Formats: sequence, C-alpha cells, structure tokens
Amino acid sequence: MTAARRAVALWLLALAAGLVVIARADFTADMSAFLPKNPSPQQQLLVDQLKSGALSRMLLVGIEGGDAPARAALSRALAEHMRQSGNFTAVRNGEAGTHDRDREILFRHRYLLSPAVTPERFSVDGLNRAIGDSIDLLASPAGLMLKNLLPRDPTGELMELIGALDGGSGGGGPHSLHGAWASRDGQRAILMAQLRASGADLDAQEAALARIRADFAALAAAAKIADARVLVSGSPVFATHSRDTIRSEVTRLSLLGVSGVVCLLLLVYRSFAALALGLLPVACGVVAGVAAVALGFGTVHGITVGFGTTLIGEAIDYSIYYFVQSRTGGDDGRGAWMQRFWPTIRLGVATSICGFAALLLSGFPGLAQLGLYSIAGLVSAAAVTRFVLPHLHPAGLSVRDIDGIGERLAGLARRLSVLRWGVPVLALAAAATVFAHRDVLWNAGLGGLSPIPEEAQQLDQSLRAELGAPDLRYLVVVSAAEREASLAAAERIGRELQPLVERGVIAGFESPTRFLPSAATQQARQQALPAPEELARRLPAALRDLPLRAERLQPFLDDVADARAQPLLTPEALAGSTLALAVDGLLLHGSAGWSAVLPLRTPQGTDGELQTIDGTAIRQALAAAGQSQALFVDMLEETNGLYATYLDEAILLSLAGFAVIVVVLAAALRSAARLTRVLLPLIAAVLLVVAGLALIGEKMTLLHLVGLLLTVAVGSNYTLFFDRGASAVTDAGTPQTLASLAVANCATTIGFGILAFSQVPVLRAIGITVGPGAVLALLLAAILAGRRERSP
Amino acid sequence: MTNFRLLAAAALLALAAPALAAWDLAALMQDLAQHKGGRVRFVEKKYIALLEKPVVSSGEMVYTAPDRLEKRTLQPKPELLLLDRDTLTLERGKQKFVLRLADQPEAQVFVDSIRGTLAGNRALLERSYALHLSGTRERWSLSLLPSDQRIATLVSRITVGGTRNIVDTIEYLQADGDRAVMNITPIELK
Repeated sequence: MTAARRAVALWLLALAAGLVVIARADFTADMSAFLPKNPSPQQQLLVDQLKSGALSRMLLVGIEGGDAPARAALSRALAEHMRQSGNFTAVRNGEAGTHDRDREILFRHRYLLSPAVTPERFSVDGLNRAIGDSIDLLASPAGLMLKNLLPRDPTGELMELIGALDGGSGGGGPHSLHGAWASRDGQRAILMAQLRASGADLDAQEAALARIRADFAALAAAAKIADARVLVSGSPVFATHSRDTIRSEVTRLSLLGVSGVVCLLLLVYRSFAALALGLLPVACGVVAGVAAVALGFGTVHGITVGFGTTLIGEAIDYSIYYFVQSRTGGDDGRGAWMQRFWPTIRLGVATSICGFAALLLSGFPGLAQLGLYSIAGLVSAAAVTRFVLPHLHPAGLSVRDIDGIGERLAGLARRLSVLRWGVPVLALAAAATVFAHRDVLWNAGLGGLSPIPEEAQQLDQSLRAELGAPDLRYLVVVSAAEREASLAAAERIGRELQPLVERGVIAGFESPTRFLPSAATQQARQQALPAPEELARRLPAALRDLPLRAERLQPFLDDVADARAQPLLTPEALAGSTLALAVDGLLLHGSAGWSAVLPLRTPQGTDGELQTIDGTAIRQALAAAGQSQALFVDMLEETNGLYATYLDEAILLSLAGFAVIVVVLAAALRSAARLTRVLLPLIAAVLLVVAGLALIGEKMTLLHLVGLLLTVAVGSNYTLFFDRGASAVTDAGTPQTLASLAVANCATTIGFGILAFSQVPVLRAIGITVGPGAVLALLLAAILAGRRERSP
Repeated sequence: MTNFRLLAAAALLALAAPALAAWDLAALMQDLAQHKGGRVRFVEKKYIALLEKPVVSSGEMVYTAPDRLEKRTLQPKPELLLLDRDTLTLERGKQKFVLRLADQPEAQVFVDSIRGTLAGNRALLERSYALHLSGTRERWSLSLLPSDQRIATLVSRITVGGTRNIVDTIEYLQADGDRAVMNITPIELK
C-alpha cells in the first residue's frame, strides 16, 4: 500500500505542478502558429505585415439599404462617430473638408517635402520658370485655388504635393454621390478606415468592430431606415471572425463530444464512479499536454488547446481497456490485466509517441506544439491509467458485464473473416485511386486552412475594388537599424523605380518618404533655399517679363526665410492626418530595426486585368540603387511557398514517423507475419481514407496529414490487441477484448466524428480523417484477425 | 372679402405672367436643353488684382450633353480639362490632376454653373444660385447669384450671355473683386 500511496502522491504533485504551469502560461491566438520558427527575411516580412502591417489594420466598410442620399448621410454620420471614438487613425469616405489638416501640414512643410526644391529652382532662371508656370496655371480652373496662395507659394510647391496626394490613390479613387464615396453602381456607400490597434491586439480590434456595428444600428434606427445594413471587411474582420469561430466551435464541439462519450460510458459502465475515474486519465493528459507546451514553447497557441478535444478520442481508450478488460476477478483481475494487457497498451503508446515525435522536428510551430502536446498527453493518460487508476479503484466498483456484446462481436468478426481476401484488393484499389488523383490530393495554398467563408471573401474583393484599395501583393522592402537609414535607402530605391513607372513595368509605387523624407533630404532642400536678402535680390530679375511685381511676394520671402530655419518634419508632426496613415503603414518598426515598405502598383492590361510584375526588372533597379540587400516580395507567392514548404516537410516527417513506428513494432513483435498483421489494417485504412477524400473532392491540408497520423496512433492499439488475441495461448480474453475495442472505437468515432461537422477547416480536417479512419482500422483488423481465431 | 380680393389678384397675376413675357427663364432653359453639344473656340481673360495685366488663355471646348465637357487650352500652355460626370481631370504637360468634385467645393461651383447652363438644367442651377434673366431671346443675359454662403465667399456673380440657344459669354465675378471673362464662338454644332 505504501507503493500505492507513493504513486497517488506523486500523481497529485505532478497534477498540481501542471496546473501551476498552466496558470502562469501565455496563451496566444495570433498567426504565430502558422509562421515559421526560423523565418527567411521574406518570411519575417510576411509575419510583420500580417501582424502589424497596414493590411492588418485596414477596414473596408459598405452601407446598403435606403436611398442614395440616406446612405450618404449614414456614411457621414458613421464616419463622424468612428473619428470621435479614437479607435481609428484615419477614416475616409470622400467627405469634403477631411483633407484640410493634410493640406495644412503639406503647405507648412512644402519646402521640406517638395522634390522640386533644388538650388536651380531658386536661381533667377529657375524662379522665372516656376513663377511663370504658376501664373499660367492661373489661367486654368485649378488656378482658382492657387490664386490666394500665389503671394506665399509663387513657385507652386503645394501643387506638386497635392498631385502626389491624389496621384497616390491611383487617380480618381471612388466616385462621390451626395457627398460621400459610393460604389460604381451607386447602390452602396463605401468607407475606408485604418484601425489604431494592430493585428497583434485582436481584442481591441474586436471592440472597435463591435462599436462600428452598434453605432451604425443606432444611426440607422434614428434615421428610420429599416433595411439599412453595414458590411465590414478587411483583415481585422477576418482575424477576429476566425478567432471567434474557432473559440465557439472548439467549445461547442468539445461539449458535444464529451457528452457523447459520457453517455456511451454511462451506458457501458452503469456507474458514475467508474465514469469519473474513466475520465481522469483524459483530464490529466490535457493538463500535462498544455503544461508541456507552455514549458517547451513559452507560449501556448489557441489551436493547440483546441486539439484537447481530439485527445479525448485516444486517451479515453486506455481507461476503457482497463475497466472492461479487468472487469472480472477484483484485485486479481487488475493484476492479471497488468500482466496480460498492459504490455500491449504500452506498445500502442510507444507507437503513437513515435508518430507524434516526428512532428516535434517541424519548423511549423503549430505542428511542433501539437506533437509535444500529444506525446505528453498520451504518456500521462497511459501512466495514470496504469499506475494511479488501480489504486483509486474501490474494491466493490465493477462495471457492467458486456461479455455478451463481446461474444456477438466475436461471432461477427468470424463471419467477416470471409472478406479477408478483399482487404488487400480494397487496399490496392485505394492505392490506385490515390495514385490517379496524386496531382489534386493536396490543397496548394494556406487558403485551405482559412476559416473565412467564400461569401466574405467575395465581399472583401468587391469592396476593395470599389475603394481602389491596394492589394499589397508586391512589395519592395528595405531594412536598416535606424529609421533614417531606411528612409534614405527608400529614397534611393524610389529614384530607380521612377523610370520603371515610365516604361510601364509597374503602374506606380508608394513610399513612406513621399510624406516623410529622410532628414538628409530635408536638410538638402533647406540648404537649396537662398538667404532672404539673396532671394530678394534675385526676384526682380526673375519677374522681368512676368505681370507680377516683386513687392507682392513679401509673404514668399518670409516663408522661405522661415523654412530655412524650420524644424525638420517628424512622424509626430504628421499625427492625426491622412499623411500619417500613409507613412505608418509603410514604415515598420520590427524586431530587426526599421523597414521601409514600398508597395508597387500592378499595371493593368488593355482588358483591365491586372498583370504580374517582372521581378528581374525590379531586382535590377534595386541593384542599381545600391540596395541589393533590399527585398522584392510577391506576398501571394511567398504565402503559398511558405505553406508548400510546411506541407513538404510535414509529409516527410510523417513518413519518417511511420518508418520509426515500423521499426519499433518490428523490434517488439519479432515476427514478420505479426508485423504485417499489425500494419496491414493501418495502411489499408489510411489508403481508404485518402482515396475517399480524393473521390469526394476534398483536398488535403496539413491537418488531414495530422489526422492520418492520429488514425495510425489510435488504430495501432486495435491491431495490436487483435494480434495479441490471435497469438495468445488461450482465446479466453478475446470477447472481452473485442468489447473493449468496440467501446473505445465508439468513443473515438464520437469524439472525432463530431469534428467532421465543424466549419473550422482545421478541426474538420482532423474529424473527417480520424472518424472514418478509426472505424476502418478496427473493421479491417477484425476481418484480418478472424481467420487466426477460428483455427488456433 | 380682403382674402378673396387677394386671391383673385394672385390668380390674375398668375394667368397674366406668361402672357406678358412669352419668352422667359423656362423658355430659355428649354432652348438651351435643345442644344445637344458641339465644338467652340474660346478666349478667356482673367483680371487678377495681384497681376499687372490680365492672364489670357485660348483654345477649344467640346460639349456633349448632358455632363461631358472637354476644354482644350492651347495658349499660353497646352492643357486639357475634362469634366466627366463627377470627375474633373486636368492634364498639363506630364502632370495629371484628378479631382473628385465632392472634395473640391470651388470646382463644384464652376462645374454646376457651366454644366447647368449648357444643359438648360434649371433645377441644378437653382440648387446653388438665384437666377435673374434680362434681355430678349435674341440677346439675353442670365445672372447667377450664389445662394449658398460657402459659395458666395468665392464667387459673387456669374453672368452668362447669349443669343437664342447659343451661349457666347461667361463672366465670373469673384468675391475678392477679380473676374474672368470668357468669349465663345461656335465652330460646329452637333
């Protein structure tokens, strides 16, 4: 009994330690699980963009219902609420007046910002040309705005900058209807906003989104527009939506799965105490798994915890085997169970560990966490079943006799054995099907893991097209330790990209330096401005043939004198303007210093289709700018490439895991015939599942692969038991074994089968592979074992 | 009694008005609306206090009813102004400005007055201006006085002159006293 006490005490200590670790663990739900552990520079950029880039903060909003003036009024009112909430760094809906602050900043800093400011421009001839152009511009309708500015800005620097502001949106932008942006068909008012919170702070993003919906509902009700509705899209919506879906689905499906398994066990055990004891290994497994991940990885990802549901499926089997198989004979029964069945379960656990250990090596943190979680969970569940459960098991507690079921199942298995020659045939047919579908088996993109419904993706695309929002597919990124260095590099790159715009290789590009030039450039511009008395001396000569007298330009002399001594423009000076938005999204402060991002605009073909950008030309321009360390990134290619790398790696690791399983089994069984008997049903089950998925057109992702691995892990227990039964000296244990396997299989099928109905692709993938896989593995094992049982 | 007399007088006036002026604002608008577009030559002089002499520009305009106006300036600098629905495009040399009218109230004033007059769109004109017509069908003059305070701080009066359905002068008097006069001569009609 002292040994028993020691085991229980050790278990309680371990459990307490595990709970302490979990209580102190960091949990996250961001993209990190999908991002590589040792990223390449391009991948790191992808990570930074997804986490905190402009894309992670951009919202696209559409308003439908009512008539056009009502929609425009709602758009203006909603924009006003959004601006006042403080949740946004910018809200744009085409309202007049929202650019006032931008224009004021541009005007005040025009001599620091305008690329036209050079010493030549302020020579007598340069001034003559620039002022002459401005006076000519007065002849044009655009001059109406310029006229009042002429005494202060006769060289027309503001016009240069406003051109940049409008040119930045690709010309035109959305069209206005009743004073607010509207879609091309006029049926939808549209807005574009940038959240203050980045993608790393999903809670804040979620709160801001909820507030938009609440504000809109109140505004629509106040305006009595019953059919008004607001459509919100963009990365923040997708991110919070996926998190919510995963959270609610995990909760809902775990509850369903647990209640299903609980009902099944109650039906079988007819004892609440046995049920509670039976669930104990599972609970301990979950605690051990989460604690192990927290210790091994520092943070625990929400997706990993989500797999707690799947563990129920396998860990519950151990206690089922224990209770059903040790039913007869009280303490003797338990001792006998340990002698007769434990080695088999131990081998099953070892097999599963081998399968999951392969995942530990994955560069995909999500998979590695899952591997560690499963190993720790299964080992503790098995250990608790073996070393703790017998001591907690009260002497009088016994589960219902289900040998009757076992007998009937044994009979069924014998009858099924006539089908045994069909198994290799079926496996070959499945292998042929898989081979025939080999090119379409796998989902090529990360899209297969995205829980975003098709409909939401379409809404996003239509809003994005209507708003002319950049898709941020092609980026040039240059990084440096200091902000200034990255800006200076961006300026050099900009000078080399300009010729590509003229050649039509790219339609245009953005740069953070458009509104935040490097300090060196700003100083160079300041130095290009002549001293006040020198400028005053040049003006009369510059104005010789122009209808403007020099004394009218005193404000110009004053402004230039001020600009020479003006403090340089900093990001802080831009705060609160749309210009800050343009700069913030393009100048990132990441783990490796500062990165300037220059999105390239894709040229449109004659048919309006977007073309692809020639990467060679861009890389040549980067080299010409002396910035060969700068990156040209095609985000789409990068994302898909990243995923393809994971998938290739995961396939390789799974095969390696399977090879290790074969070696372990071969070493334990020491018989080629037994090894075949154990492996054949597993291989056939996996092939049938893959063939089935191919036939229903479901493309496999990483998670299907994990599901197959789980199938092998769960199925190996079944086949090992059948093997044990077949090679045991007596057949006495067989009906009982069969009954326990049937119950365990039902529990597994309930646990995983429910996941197959999930809307979260990650969970669905696991469910749709393990559910059928486990049933097939048991069935095939039973069919193949039947022959041996009949003729011992 | 008094009420009845007032009512009768009002009724009489209402009946008499069309008879007194067979040619009125409604008729002018109808005339203008008949004009489906065409090509004209223009000379525009801007008198600006800041400058010693007026800025003169000239070129051609093509109008296509109801909402497309192309103004091609040839002197002093080539320039293309294209007004298409709600977008104003201005091309000068290599530069191209695209303005959304909703963002630019100043431009909206310019656009509404010229577009409303050319199209004979009385409702559009009356949205922003009080209209005063003088003269005859052969030689008329239509004054547009901005009713919107925001617009009145920019333009105090726009005067359009013409013969029958042909506009031949447009004068903008700005609130600061500067003014622009545009003379128009037809090249071809549609």
